[in-house]
Order: sequence, then C-alpha cells, then structure tokens
Amino acid sequence: MSASTARRYVVARIHEIPPGARKIVTVERRQIGVFNLDGEFFALRNRCPHQGAALCDGRLVPTVSASAPGDYELGGRTLLQCPWHGWEFDVRDGQSWSDPGRLRVASYKVSVERDDDGRVKGPYKAESYPVSVEDGDVVVEMG
Amino acid sequence: MTIDCDVHGRVPTMEELVPHLDSYWAAYVEEAGPGVPAGIAAVYPPGAPATGSPLGGATLEELGAHLDRLGASAAILNCVFGLEGLRNLDYASALAGAVNDWLAAEWLDRDPRLRASLLVKAEDPAGAAREIERRAGDPRFVQVLLPARSERPYGDPSYLPVLQAASAAGLPVAIHFGGFTGNPPTPVGWPTYYVEEYVGMAHAFEAQLTSLVAGGALERLPDLRIVFAESGFAWLPSAMWRLDKEWRGLWREIPWVKTLPSETIRERVSVTVQPIDPPPEREQLAHVIEQIDCERMLLFSSDFPHVHAADFGEAFAGIVDADFQRAVVAENARALYGL
Amino acid sequence: MRNEIVDSDVHNTLATNDLLLPYLPERWAREVERYGLRRLDSIGFFATRPRRFAARTDAWPAGGVPGGDIDLLREQLLDRYPIAAAILNPINQTTIGAQQPLFSEALCRALNDFTLAEWIERDERLFGAICVPMADAGLAAAEARRLGSHPRMVQVLLNVRSREPLGTRRYWPLYEAAVEHGLPVAVHVGGHGGNLITGAGWPSYYFEDHAGYPQSFQSQMISLVFEGVFERYPDLKIVLQEGGFAWMAWLMWRMDSAWERFRDEVPHLERAPSEIVREHFWFTTQPIEEPQKPHQFGQMWDDLAMPDKALFASDYPHWDFDDPDRALPSALDAETKAVVLGGNARALYPKLAGARVPEGAAG
Repeated sequence: MSASTARRYVVARIHEIPPGARKIVTVERRQIGVFNLDGEFFALRNRCPHQGAALCDGRLVPTVSASAPGDYELGGRTLLQCPWHGWEFDVRDGQSWSDPGRLRVASYKVSVERDDDGRVKGPYKAESYPVSVEDGDVVVEMG
Repeated sequence: MTIDCDVHGRVPTMEELVPHLDSYWAAYVEEAGPGVPAGIAAVYPPGAPATGSPLGGATLEELGAHLDRLGASAAILNCVFGLEGLRNLDYASALAGAVNDWLAAEWLDRDPRLRASLLVKAEDPAGAAREIERRAGDPRFVQVLLPARSERPYGDPSYLPVLQAASAAGLPVAIHFGGFTGNPPTPVGWPTYYVEEYVGMAHAFEAQLTSLVAGGALERLPDLRIVFAESGFAWLPSAMWRLDKEWRGLWREIPWVKTLPSETIRERVSVTVQPIDPPPEREQLAHVIEQIDCERMLLFSSDFPHVHAADFGEAFAGIVDADFQRAVVAENARALYGL
Repeated sequence: MRNEIVDSDVHNTLATNDLLLPYLPERWAREVERYGLRRLDSIGFFATRPRRFAARTDAWPAGGVPGGDIDLLREQLLDRYPIAAAILNPINQTTIGAQQPLFSEALCRALNDFTLAEWIERDERLFGAICVPMADAGLAAAEARRLGSHPRMVQVLLNVRSREPLGTRRYWPLYEAAVEHGLPVAVHVGGHGGNLITGAGWPSYYFEDHAGYPQSFQSQMISLVFEGVFERYPDLKIVLQEGGFAWMAWLMWRMDSAWERFRDEVPHLERAPSEIVREHFWFTTQPIEEPQKPHQFGQMWDDLAMPDKALFASDYPHWDFDDPDRALPSALDAETKAVVLGGNARALYPKLAGARVPEGAAG
C-alpha cells in the first residue's frame, strides 16, 4: 500500500503503553488493540475472526512446546488468546498458528504455508495494522 | 486378491490350551478347572444373531471355505479371549502365550493364508512386552490385539510399554470390538440389553481414539500404527471434527499435540470396514467417505462369521472408484502389514 | 432485520453454595456448612481445565463469578442480541443433582427457588428448568410436580453422567411426572453418577473429558430408545444439551441396523430407533460442529434431517460459547436459521408464547 493513501492516526503517547501493556482505541469506527511487546508496537483489530469476540481483551501468553507429557517448555513468542474459545494469534501479524513440529502434512491439504520453524499457518487471521513511533507518539496506519 | 483384515476362528477350550501352558499353570488349570474367561461370551453371546456361530467363531474348514469364496490371499484372525477381565496378571499373560501358541499350531500352521493378531495382557506391561518380543520373529503374527473396552484408555501412560514393544517389533496395535473388565461398559453405567452394548461399542472406540491423540503415545512412538477393528467407520468424521475443535482451544493442556488431531489420525489410524451400518441413502455413505478423506485408512474385512447388514461390495458399489476399491480390498492392508 | 432468538441454554451460576443457605431448611443448611457437597461433578477431577469456571475470560463481573450477575448477563447477552427468551439451566445443578438423595432434594428445591426469586422474576426474558435429584426418581418426580405448572419453568433438568443409563426403569417415575405437566426433560453436560466417564476407563486430560461428552450422550440416546421409554411414555420429549449433534445420523443408522438383527431382544420396540429419535429428541446447537471444509456441515445437516429439532444455544458464559450472530454457519439458509434461532424452541416450549424481544432492544 502506498504512503499517499494511508491514513495515519496518533493513538497514544509512548509512555501510555509500557512494555507488556496494551491500549484499546477506536479509529475510523473500528476498535483496535495496540500492544507493546518489548518496546515494539503492534496493532490488531479488536475482533476475533472466529466468532467476533473482543480479541484484544484476551490474555497474552507465551508459546509452549513439549515433545512428550512431562516435558514442558515455555517459548519466546507471544500469542494473544481470544477470551472466548481460547484460539491464539501471533500479536505481530494476527496470524493464527498451529505448531506441527516435524510431522508431515497430510496430502489432502490444498495449500500450506510454513515459516522457517516449520510451523503451519492456521486458516484464521486477525486484522493487523502497521504501527510506528514518531517523536514520542504511537501512530497507527489505516488504508 | 483380497486381504480380509478381521475374521474369527472358534475360541480354544481350556483343555486345548493346557499343552501350551507351563507346568505350574497346566497343573493349576487341571486342578482348579477354570473355564475360558467369561468376557468371551459376554461380548459374543453364542446364541446372539450377530455372533454367527455357537462356537463363537468358525472352524478351520469353514474359514477355509470362506477364504476360497472371497478369493482371499490372506486373512487376519482376531481371537477375542477376554483377558482384560482377569485380575491375576501372571495367569492372564500365561493364557495369552498359550492362545498364541495354539493359534500358530492349529490355524497358522494349517492354512498358509492365515495370519493372526497377537494376544497380550495389556495390564501386565512387562509380560505383554515379553510376549511381543517372543513372537516378533514370526511374520504370521501381524499386529497386537487389544480390546476396545479397557481398564484405562490406551493413551494412558501405563500402556506405553505395550505400545512401545509393538512399535519396536514393527507391529500395529489393533483395538477390537469387545472388552469385559468388570467396569460398566458405558460412561453412564450398565445398559440392560446386549443390543445397547453392541451399538454403543462405538463410544468406546471414540474414547480410545481421543486418548491416543491426547496422551502422547503417537508423538513418542512415531512409527506406531493403530487399527480399529470391528468398529465401523461412520463415527470417524464427527469424532475428528470434535477433536480438532477442542484442540484449537485446549492445546495448552496437551502441548505435545502439535497439529490438528485429524491430521495425525489420517496418518496413523486405520479401520476395518465392518460393521457397515448402511444409511437410508447411498449418497450419505458417500458423504462419510468424503468426510473421512483418507483412502489409505479403510481396510476390507468380512468379520466372518459375524453377521452384518451389508457387505463391502454392495454397500460401496457406485460410490467409490475402482482404485479406491482396490486400495481397500488389498493394497492398504498390504502396505500396513507388509503382506 | 435480525431474527429473534430463544437461547436454549444459559447458565446462571452460584459462586458458592452459601447463597442457598437462606433457601434451605436448617437441617440441610447445617449439612452444607459443616460437611459440604462431597460428591463432585466429574469436571472436578480435571483441574487442568484451562478456564476458570469454564468461562469466557471477559464474562467476569466485578466482585463476582461468570454467570453470577444478572446485569452482566443483560449487558453481554440479553440486551446485546435480540433475545425474546433465555432458558436458565443453573450450572450448579451438575453438582447439586449428584448429591445423596435427600440432600440433593433439599438443594434442588433451594436452587429452583433461588433461581426463580433472584433471576427469573427479575427479567421477563428469563425462563427456567426444574433441577431435580439424579439419584432418586421419586424425589425428582415430587420436585418436578411442585414446580411443573409454574408459568416460567419450561422443562426438567437432568445431567448426562448418570448412575445408570437414563432409559432404565429407575428413572421412569420422573418421566411420568414430566409428561403429566407437559414438560420436556433436558439432559445437560455434567454430573457424576459414580461411573468411570468412558467405557474404557478414566482419561487423564480435560481435553478428553470435554471432547468425550458425546460418548455419554450416545449411551443415553441408545438407552432411552432401546428400553422402550417412549413406548411407555409416548408424549415424552428429550432435549440433549451441549452434546454436539454430528454423531446423531450415524448413530441412528447403527441403531436401525442393529435393531434389524436384534429385534428379538427388544420386542417392546414397535418402531425403528431412528423413527423414535426423530419424534422424541431435540438438541441444542452449541458447541456447534466446525468441519475444516464448511460444506461438510451442510452434508451432515442434511443427512441428519432434523431441522425442526435444533435449538440454538449460546451456553453463556462458558468458554465454548456460540455467538448468536456468528455461530450458525452459512451452510444454513435464512429460513433454517430463523427456526433454529427461535421457532423450534417456541414450538417445543408452549410457555414461551408470551415472550418477546423488548421494544427498542437490539435488533
């Protein structure tokens, strides 16, 4: 999308959203959750693509992995857990993620995208928006 | 040539097993005179319409004639023997070994088309593993046999050594209609009629599938293959949908389950086609096949001499193509069992 | 214009049993205070359930528990959607119904009185279910009769995990009472009759407990059909709640196929099991099935062919809640959605006749 068509909104001052915190704002009649993850800002539509829950009210949770029962490891990524059914979305881009490890995907799947860690993208994606910081303002870009 | 993945020979008498027991158990059985385990008749009442034979299974001659009629190159004997209901583990494991030896001598040695499932007492993990290892070298034993209704579902950690031994020996684990543990056969107590247990066996299979998905065995044992025998298959789509939906919201409790349960099920689980419960419209069966979406999964079976509503050929006519039929009738079993 | 909704499964919740003390006779209030409710709902064995109170995380009122506050219920459900009626199935019934017979009788009576006074009588849209003891059908029948003609009590409420299958004769006195008052009998997730919760023993994970409920519902349907309950009580109606429904078609095929062969064992059945199911069973839609390939929902729905028996339910405030606006899939056409959202419930529950979406409400 070109910069000339993007509409940019100051949604907060940096100090309002410290690391680990969030702010829900309304922009162009949409509710958007703005998150600070370790100093980086991300914005997601406050609506779960599954059944429309207020996604950005959900808990931020770490990824978890295990090779077998009893062997639990918390991981580095942060996921947003929907308040209703608990489905989880990557805060960075709204993608719902499954984590298949090394199992090969059954051949009936028509198209599957994997990232470098071998994870498979789930079918749902929450709307996300580019966020930047300028002179102490947190700016969300729409359009 | 057809491979029949579920047939039943008659059950041995205790007299027939004595020569295959060690001297302690042989003497004990002769003195105490126990009958065959009660679970056999509870699961297949000799006079019930679906059992098909007062002996609980076919004679060698009857089975041979059935295989001739089918044009079968191989058939798998599933000897349901009620070991799950026996509380003395040594006795149950001894019987398992004796039945396996009897199967080899009286059936496998006498008809080269016959194969068999290996009996074990799954609640005796060490004994079961020993029995699997003992017979691992005999290629005529093609899988390990467990009953659908068990003390705990098979994803429970207590059964891992049995699954591990089977996997190490390259043997699938077949979970078969039946099981008489002394616990109620349903989640809601004891039903009144046999027909209720017969119909309701489906929910025991669902419990086993759920447990195997959740418990981590399929992750720990990447080569383990599961067969549901005499379960039918129409229940699979609704079960897979349910497990997938649950997993999306609850995976944190079982984080070793890294992908949709239905994907794992399609890779690791097979199911014999009988009993086929024909829907009123042929198209409805086509829907089920489409929803299962896994040609590899289905294994032809007659379940001879048990009586069913429809046979594979007539039920599936016109709803699957010739390649699919070939896969079900022989290729899937060939690949799974190395036949 | 949004369809009017009858929400067939909503859960008011007591944070503690102490809320019932004012409604209990002294002798049983003392039992609650000193000895507590010592028979657990089976969910109690799955403490790794990841959601507190099995609830949506946004359904916690200030200073209360999910389902415990009528104002939050209005805000998040009754006022937010065009709801003409919501049927309260008090969630504490899953524990209360499982207690020893006389204790359970007292607690159920108190719970029913509590729900009437503190919920149903405070909002015209709320209707109720008569909670009854699971362990004694005679006592259950008495409570069903006590409230059977109350204009806002639309059904009798049982839990699915019973001591014996619900078709067995020990439960028949309750069906007698229900039928006398023209009340359907609802069978809801939960409870604990003392059995292992699968036919293959105790599972380990809440995932298995929750995913395993269809097994209990299947067992109950099989029992109710094959025991001949509907031959004895031709007017009896059963509502299966929260059990899913994608399994019903294949179970009917399986029951019919078995009946063909085992008819001699059940000579009291004069009709095929599938005919019995189609006439006597209703089901709530939540948790709605969501196949990976959406058109397969349509296949399943068509193969089930019970469009007039489906009752929309949200299951508010639980985590597997179905949103009234979004949960019904596009495989269902507009006419079907309308009857599922409200028409089927109105037909089943005549006491809803006067229920209306309030003037000026959402919709």
